[in-house]
Amino acid sequence: MENIPKLPLDHWIDDGLDFLTDNFAFLTKIISRYLEDTIDYMVESLMYLPPWLIIIIFALIAWRFASYKVGIFTVLGLCLLWNLRLWESTMETLTLVLVATFIAILIAVPTGILAAISKLANRIIMPLMDLMQTMPAFVYLIPAIPFFGLGTVSAIFSTVIFAMPPTIRLTCLGIKQVSPELMEAADAFGSTKTQKLLKVQLPLAIPTIMAGINQTIMLALSMVVIAAMIGAGGLGGEVWTAIQRLKPGMGFQAGIAIVILAIILDRISQKIGRGKNE
Amino acid sequence: MEKINVVNLTKIFGSNPEKALDLLAKGISKDEIFNTTGQIVGLANINFTISQGEILVVMGLSGSGKSTLIRCINRLIEHSQGQVLIDGTDISTLDHNSLLELRRQKFGMVFQHFALFPHRNIIDNVAFGLEIQRMDKELRYEKSRSALKLVGLEDWEEAKPSQLSGGMQQRIGLARALAIEPDILLMDEAFSALDPLIRGDMQNELLALQARMRKTILFITHDLDEALKIGNRVILMKDGQIVQIGAPEEIVLSPANEYVQKFIENVDKSKILTAKSAMIPVNITASPDDSPQIVLASMKDNCMDRILVVKSDNTLLGTVNSKTLKIACDEKTIVNLIDKTVPTATINDSLKILITILAEWSGQLPIVNEQYQLLGIVNPNNVLLALK
Ligand SMILES: Nc1ncnc2c1ncn2[C@@H]1O[C@H](COP(=O)(O)OP(=O)(O)OP(=O)(O)O)[C@@H](O)[C@H]1O
Ligand SMILES: [Mg+2]
Repeated sequence: MENIPKLPLDHWIDDGLDFLTDNFAFLTKIISRYLEDTIDYMVESLMYLPPWLIIIIFALIAWRFASYKVGIFTVLGLCLLWNLRLWESTMETLTLVLVATFIAILIAVPTGILAAISKLANRIIMPLMDLMQTMPAFVYLIPAIPFFGLGTVSAIFSTVIFAMPPTIRLTCLGIKQVSPELMEAADAFGSTKTQKLLKVQLPLAIPTIMAGINQTIMLALSMVVIAAMIGAGGLGGEVWTAIQRLKPGMGFQAGIAIVILAIILDRISQKIGRGKNE
Repeated sequence: MEKINVVNLTKIFGSNPEKALDLLAKGISKDEIFNTTGQIVGLANINFTISQGEILVVMGLSGSGKSTLIRCINRLIEHSQGQVLIDGTDISTLDHNSLLELRRQKFGMVFQHFALFPHRNIIDNVAFGLEIQRMDKELRYEKSRSALKLVGLEDWEEAKPSQLSGGMQQRIGLARALAIEPDILLMDEAFSALDPLIRGDMQNELLALQARMRKTILFITHDLDEALKIGNRVILMKDGQIVQIGAPEEIVLSPANEYVQKFIENVDKSKILTAKSAMIPVNITASPDDSPQIVLASMKDNCMDRILVVKSDNTLLGTVNSKTLKIACDEKTIVNLIDKTVPTATINDSLKILITILAEWSGQLPIVNEQYQLLGIVNPNNVLLALK
């Protein structure tokens, strides 16, 4: 093996990315600017509201969609975060997660539909999914920087890519698993493809899509934390600082905050999906 | 009028139908074709017609091609050879949009496992076909409500399918098909998943609806009793081919081969066969103008105890028996001696009905038409012979 020259795979990828940055960076920079402004604005407005109001709103959502137990947990958990002086970091992380999830859903649901109804699209999308899911999450951070610069937008970009696959897969699965009998019934009454999709397949796929979105939210949270390495801030930023300064207490404190946020987001988004199921 | 006309219909499942079609034309069997080419013969050279207002039942064992046949009629399955004509139009010539339009306007389909949409409530399930036609909401709900009324479930509009029993779900399935006011109903084993009692109810209900609506119905079943009860005509299928086609009576009376014979062995023939199959002509009757002596003489010649009295236009008046005649032998005619309590049956009554009448009346049972004209008689032994 020593005698065979190394394949310059890394150089090829670099060249490819360079080409993309040279030609498209102007576009991505514009997107970057707007997105960054939007996110800053959202964080600011969240910070403008008093924490107790946000806690009540979240508790109500949790109570309405999940159960009163989740509601109580939400109140206690968020009060703890407030007390630990992690409120601002939590709001930053929450904003990043919500924005990333929103964009991910916007891309993933149509992609999943496409993969379900077109064999060709399916053959292209599914291997890409495998690639996106097995690639170590950190790797996405590197190419994001030349396109979007250090900071939140790069974080969102890599988070969207990392968090999309479950929603794509489960949207596709949800549509495909609609029973052939129901599809036949729809056909027998003369439905067009669009009518079948909108009146039968998508409504029946909603619980499955919701399960995908739940996973996407969880992945987004974990990625947003990792993205602190490229300056995303938030709770991940706390952890990152703790690592650099070797402060285990500070690190675990932020870690626990992330777990609390994760549990709240998970329970709420899980139950929204299940509610539709019944 | 012919509503559906199926000509030489053949369906081959597989990637290379040409080869299988060649072999089929040479008379090779379904199994052999599968073994040599891997192609499955779904239907082979099917020919039949259904006229407007008729119920045609297709009956056969599992895998005989019934579902394939019904799906070729509305082109859910594309056939390999032959023609399906609906009101004279060859449906394989239709482009995609005209095909959808045809399905929307002409066909109502009912499925074995109901195939109701679990996410829609009952009224929206029933309205599905109309919604697909893009009918506006008010009108389609109005029509759906009357369809629900037809099947007696108008109080369940807001329920979800999962809240209904199997029998009710299938009524909804039927209402969904009827809501679009189709010419043709396609019913693929529509009652097979129901338990026997409910199934019987549904059969009666379908017949009652049919008596009012006169749809053209293609009904699939694997149950011969059901086929014979519902069908105006019955097709028996085996391995994708038609074994016999005919009215229920024809099939029971003259099975085409051993395969059919085997099927009908367990059928309760008394429900299928009618008075027609047991009726014999009347040789001797009396006229009301005859004198008692003449009637008595002819009864004696034929060893009869009781004789039917008919007018000159063949209208049945009743019977007289020899005892009465002997007592009143000085009457001028027998017109005042007639016993009018004689039971009668019509030619379309089943033997089962005749048996119940004959159990009480141990004589000749006169068969009459609507004008009460005598057509023939049935003796108990005639019934037994017909059922043998
Ligand atoms: N999509 C398909 N691909 C290949 N073969 C098929 C397909 N559909 C049906 N067949 C074959 O065609 C034949 C007829 O099937 P069909 O479903 O019409 O039978 P059936 O009479 O409706 O049976 P059942 O009473 O079980 O519903 C069978 O041999 C079956 O294996
Ligand atoms: Mg079938």
